[in-house]
Amino acid sequence: MSISRRDFNKLLVSGVAGSAFGLFGMSGTSLAVGGAKKHVVIVGGGFGGAATAKYLRKLDPSLAVTLIEQKLAYITCPFSNWVLGGLKTMKEITQTYTALRTKHGVNVIADRVVGVDAAKGTVKLAGGRTIGYDRLVVSPGIDFKFDSIPGYSQKIAESKIPHAWQAGPQTLLLQRQLHAMKNGGTVVICPPDNPFRCPPGPYERASLVAHYLKTHKPKSKIVILDAKEKFSKQGLFTKGWDRLYPGMIEWRSATGGGKVLKLDADKMTLETDLGGVKGDVINIIPAQKAGKLAFDAGLTNEKGWCPVNPSSFESTLHKGIHVVGDACVAGAMPKSGFAASSQGKVAAAAIVNLLRGQDPAPPSLVNTCYSLIGPKYGISVAGVYQFSATGIIDIPGSGGLTPADASDDQLEQEALFAEGWYTNICKDIWG
Amino acid sequence: MLPKKNVMLGLAFAVVPLFQASSTVLAADAPAPAATPTVTAPAPVAPPITDPVKLRERGQILALSCSGCHGTDGKSASIMPSIYGKTTGYIESALRDFKSGARTSTVMSRHAKGYTDEEIHLIAEYFGNLSKKKN
Repeated sequence: MSISRRDFNKLLVSGVAGSAFGLFGMSGTSLAVGGAKKHVVIVGGGFGGAATAKYLRKLDPSLAVTLIEQKLAYITCPFSNWVLGGLKTMKEITQTYTALRTKHGVNVIADRVVGVDAAKGTVKLAGGRTIGYDRLVVSPGIDFKFDSIPGYSQKIAESKIPHAWQAGPQTLLLQRQLHAMKNGGTVVICPPDNPFRCPPGPYERASLVAHYLKTHKPKSKIVILDAKEKFSKQGLFTKGWDRLYPGMIEWRSATGGGKVLKLDADKMTLETDLGGVKGDVINIIPAQKAGKLAFDAGLTNEKGWCPVNPSSFESTLHKGIHVVGDACVAGAMPKSGFAASSQGKVAAAAIVNLLRGQDPAPPSLVNTCYSLIGPKYGISVAGVYQFSATGIIDIPGSGGLTPADASDDQLEQEALFAEGWYTNICKDIWG
Repeated sequence: MLPKKNVMLGLAFAVVPLFQASSTVLAADAPAPAATPTVTAPAPVAPPITDPVKLRERGQILALSCSGCHGTDGKSASIMPSIYGKTTGYIESALRDFKSGARTSTVMSRHAKGYTDEEIHLIAEYFGNLSKKKN
């Protein structure tokens, strides 16, 4: 099979390199001599990919690390709801690749990968170049199943009914619509079924849109038409909504009239079991699958996500290719930016070991997700994970939610920590 | 004013049955530090490590988790407390106190309960040494 050929080539290369080093009396295995540097290529510069790039260089400065990302700057999904709430600007949630390039010695290429040849160990770029790798890491994020709601499409998302689930132009479109809406209008938010990126995200969005409406258009309301029966941090969100935005937010479970049967984009109406719901602004977050590159590279399973070995995040379908972030199947871990960065660090450490011919060390993984309900009202969920025979599992007794009876001081402190978290995690990844 | 830690946690876990918390685990949080969470974990992968290089590596892997909130190498650029610059002893006792609930926190006790005392020691040693090295 193709993989064995690649392994054979690798053996051949390292054999030659080894004897050359022997001749010159060098003992280093893969250090900075000509083309003998081990090369790791990372595709995707989000939370998972950028963290992998930085930590590879940090853990083994002898590695050559290339990050391929088509965008020149990355706008984070975390805190994009804060932008909708008027609490942050787009500029404040935009990260660049300057520090990875200048401080950490990552070769950042602004291009798009159009093909992966797992057999040869190469990626092909839209710009025409082909780049070889010893190990490849893909962090392609998510893609949408637009057909999960009949009547919805990418075209409608881009022009009229945004998903705003990848931050950037979509966030701005939704923001413009909220700003243009009349006082007394209805905002409809349609969260998807599991699994999807950022489980508490749609409900933080409802909260911060409510904050904006309460401040500027207090007669307005929000209807959440959910594809699920329950949602992340539900008790905490519901309590926060009752306290901060009484009567403003209506949540419908899938069987309680929340399931969207059809969208009529022209009439701005969603059909449900309880009849039509008309929105002045509609935000549909469609069901999701791994990013396109994962499909193109043959890394996905029948459910549309990428199975990986949890100790190294190496694909179980293609040797030598690692998948981190929202696209991978990571057991108990949610699809979050924090989880992606934690996976990126574990993958980086594993790759360093694998390139030295050693087994990956047992991983330790973590997640912390803050959600803001109001400017001084923060909540969180934490998780610590380990690798077990059944995959990545919660460590029993650890993690969990902000206590249901947290005091106002604690909630305010969590809101402050949310902001501190954002500053630090972005600096940990892109800084 | 504040309710007792265990009570708060009990309520939080009751809201989310996803987390496999049981009253026995919560009770075990009280004084006896040796008998905490990992006991119930199915088949822990790591056999006891004795090699000092491997121990340091384990400490590093564990410590990488901290930097997501506390900054790279524990150097915070925000309201989050820095871990960098603190001694091994300080970090170890802080984590143990978060774990037992002796020290109140928003999120740290939920994190600290995910680590054995041995792991807490390795994390503390990693950051303690890092601070010594670079100071």
